[in-house]
Amino acid sequence: MGIKTIVEDNIDILVAGAGLGGTGTAYEARHWGRDKKIVIAEKANINRSGAVAQGLYAINCYMGTRWGENNPEDHVRYARIDLMGMVREDLLFDMARHVDSAVHKFEEWGLPLMRNEKTGAYQREGRWQIMIHGESYKPIVAEAATKNADKTYNRVMITHLLMDESGRNRVGGAIGFNVRTGNCHVFKSKTVVVGAGGASNIYKPRSVGEGAGRVWYAPWSSGSAYALMINAGAKMTQMENRIVLARFKDGYGPVGAYFLHLKTYTQNAYGEEYESKHFPALQKMVGKEYLDMEASHRTHRPIPTCLRNHAIIQEVAAGRGPIHMVTMHAFQDPHLEEVGWENFLGMTVGQAVLWAATDLDPKYQNPELTTSEPYVMGSHATGCGAWCSGPADVSPPEYQWGYNRMMSIEGLFGAGDAVGGTPHAFSSGSFTEGRISGKSACQYIDDGKAEGIVVSDSQIEKRKAEIFKPLETYQVGRNEIVAGTVSPSYLLPHPGLQRLQKIMDEYCGGVTVNYMTNDKLLHIGLQKLKIMEEDLEKVGAEDTHQLMRAWELKHRHRTSECVMQHTLFRKETRWPGYYYRGDAMKLDDKNWHCLTVSRRDPETGEYTLEKAPLYHLVGDMEDKALADMKKSEKKPAKKAAKAK
Amino acid sequence: MPTFVYMTRCDGCGYCVDICPSDIMHIDKKYRRAYNIEPSMCWECYSCVKACPHHAIDARGYADFAPLGHSVRTIRDEEAGTIAWRVTFRDGRVKNFLSPITTVPWGTGIADFRNEPEPTEAERNSQLLSFEPKYIRMDDGDIATLKSQNLEMKEGVYY
Repeated sequence: MGIKTIVEDNIDILVAGAGLGGTGTAYEARHWGRDKKIVIAEKANINRSGAVAQGLYAINCYMGTRWGENNPEDHVRYARIDLMGMVREDLLFDMARHVDSAVHKFEEWGLPLMRNEKTGAYQREGRWQIMIHGESYKPIVAEAATKNADKTYNRVMITHLLMDESGRNRVGGAIGFNVRTGNCHVFKSKTVVVGAGGASNIYKPRSVGEGAGRVWYAPWSSGSAYALMINAGAKMTQMENRIVLARFKDGYGPVGAYFLHLKTYTQNAYGEEYESKHFPALQKMVGKEYLDMEASHRTHRPIPTCLRNHAIIQEVAAGRGPIHMVTMHAFQDPHLEEVGWENFLGMTVGQAVLWAATDLDPKYQNPELTTSEPYVMGSHATGCGAWCSGPADVSPPEYQWGYNRMMSIEGLFGAGDAVGGTPHAFSSGSFTEGRISGKSACQYIDDGKAEGIVVSDSQIEKRKAEIFKPLETYQVGRNEIVAGTVSPSYLLPHPGLQRLQKIMDEYCGGVTVNYMTNDKLLHIGLQKLKIMEEDLEKVGAEDTHQLMRAWELKHRHRTSECVMQHTLFRKETRWPGYYYRGDAMKLDDKNWHCLTVSRRDPETGEYTLEKAPLYHLVGDMEDKALADMKKSEKKPAKKAAKAK
Repeated sequence: MPTFVYMTRCDGCGYCVDICPSDIMHIDKKYRRAYNIEPSMCWECYSCVKACPHHAIDARGYADFAPLGHSVRTIRDEEAGTIAWRVTFRDGRVKNFLSPITTVPWGTGIADFRNEPEPTEAERNSQLLSFEPKYIRMDDGDIATLKSQNLEMKEGVYY
C-alpha cells in the first residue's frame, strides 16, 4: 500500500507523548534552548490527551512552602511510608523542591485555583492537595507546550525508539505512524523525552463489555512509556509495584476529596468500622515500622494506601461487604454537596452519570466502594518506571550518572509515568519532572554529548516493515474466511487484549484471584506471555485505527512481561492490598529493603534482574508531632500530658 | 458511558473526531455524520461532547451497570470562561452546576520564552528551572538543598 514516509530531521528534543510530563518538557526546554528544535509527537490531540484529558478537580502535589505549610523533605517522608519504604528519595526530593513553581505558573496561566478566604492561601483538600476548577487544565498546559515547541504532530503514535549505531548505548530518535493517515513518521533527534503513559487495561477489568472503557486510568494509557524503554534496553525499576485503587464502585470516581475535604468515611455493610479489626494481623505481616496506628492517629504519618486496601479486601472476603462511603452526613451541607458533585464533573463525569442513572443521591444513600483491577503506572500512589539518574547535588553515586532524569541509555530522558521510583508526583509533579528533563536534555546537547549519532536507513526500514505488518497480515488472512472476526491466521487486537488481561489476572494477581500470586503461577504466566508474543507477530489490523490498537496491545504485552518478571524477583509481600505473594506472605526487610532493577536484552529478550540499594533522606526532618511522640514514648508520664 | 450522536443534530463537522483522545469518534461514510466506533474504549471523558458546536453528542451510561433514562449535559463556554452541567436522574430530578474554567483570556498568561531574557551561564549550571528561585516561594528565598534542609542521604533501613 502507498505509505508515505515523513522524516523530521535535526531535532534536538523530541517529546514522545505530551501529557502533563511531555508538555512540561516542551515548555521548559525552550527556556534553556532558545535555538533548539523542539518537536512533539502525540498519539491523540495534545489539547485533550493523557490522563488529564478530562480535567482534574485537585492538584495533589503542592508543598506550599510559600505559606509555610510543608518542606520538600516532608513530602519525601510521606511518599516513603505510603510506598512501604520503596521510593527514589533523591528524585522525590528534587521534584518536591521545584513543584510549587509549576503550580504558581499554572495560576498565572489562568488555571482557577481555589483560595481559602480566611488565610488567602490555596484551598487545601488535604496536606498535599489543593482544590482547583481544572476542567481546562490540559488545554492550558498544552498551550504552554505548543507555543514553545517548533512543531506538534497530533495523532502520531510512537512505536519504537531509534538507536544510535555509532557504537554507543545512545538514543537517536523515534519512529511511529499517524493513526489517521497511516503515514510513517521518522524523527531523527539528539534526545528523546518519553512522556508517554502508564498502563490501564492490562488486567482483566471488573466491568465487562461496554463498561471496559470505564477504567480508572485512561483507556488510551497503553503502557507505551514502558514498552518503548524496555524494548530499547533501558533499565527499569519497581515494575512489580502495580496499584489497586479503592474507588466508588463501577464509576471509579475519585475518593480523595471525599475523605480529605468532605470528611466522609467508610464502613462495612452492617455500619461498622472495619479497618482496626484487620490491622493487628496485618501489623504482624508488615511490621510496626510500617503500620503504627498510634503514630498515624497522632501525627501526619499516613496509613499506607495499600494497607487500607487490604482491610477492604479482607472485610469483603469475610462476608461483610459491600463497603460503603458514608456521604449522608457531609452532603447535608449544601456547599459540601456541591463540592462532591463538581469533583466528579471536573474529572470523572462517568461517576455522576452512574449516580444519575441509578437515582443515587449521596445525600440520602451511602454509595458502595470497591477495589479496582490493578494498574501499572508511576505517578499516583505507585512508582513503576525507568531507572533514572538523579540531580548532582542530591543523589548518591549509585543513583547518579550525569544528567538529571536521564535513563541508562544516553540521551533518553523521561517524565511522569516513565520515571521509576517517584510516586505521588501526580499532575504537577509530572509536569515538573518534564521540566527537569527538558533542561537536562539541553545541557546534554550543549555539552556535545549528542555528536555523531548514526541512524541507518536499514534500521528505519526494518522498523517500518514491523510497524505496518499487521495491515498486511490482515489483508492476506482475510481472504481465507467468509466473514466475521475469527481467523486461523491472525489475531485481532481486541481478543488479543482479552487474552492478555486473562493471563495477568489469573497468574499475576488480578481481581478474580483476590490479588494473589506465587512463584509457580508467575512461571506459568511468563510461559503464556512468551507464546502470546509469538501470536502477536500475527496480530491483524483492518485499518489504521486498528493498527494503533495492535501497537497498543504490543506495548501492553511488553509492559506486562516486565511486571511479571519483577513480581517473580521480589520474593516477599511488600504491598499487601496491591498484591500478595502466597509463597512469601510477609514483608521481608532483611532481604528486600531494596529497589528492583531489570533490563531486557533487546537482542535475546532475556531479562536480568538485580537489587539496587535504598538511600533514605535522614536528618533534621522528623515531623514535630512524630518526634514529640517518640520522645514521650520513653517518658510515659509526659505522654499523657501531651495527648491532652 | 459511551457517547452516541443524534442524527438530526450532527452535521459531520468533525470537531469530535479531531479531539477524541481515544480515536473512536469517526465519520460514518454512509451518513456523513460522526459516531462512536468503539464504546468499550470510551472513557466518557466528554471531550467530544464539549467540543461539539451543535450539542449533538450525548452519553448513555455503560450498558453493563447503568440503567437507561438519565443524562448529563454540558455547555463549555471559552469566552465566558465557564462550564455548565445539568445532571438529570432516571427519576427526573435535576441538579445544575456551574464552574470557572479559566481566569484569564485564553493563552494570554503564558510566556513564549523566545521573548524573555536568556538565562545566564550560572543559571544553566545550577539546579534552577525557569522563573526560579522566585516562583518557588514567590519571595527572595532560594531552592532547597540537602544542606539548607540539614539532610543527608544514607544507605540502609530507615523508616
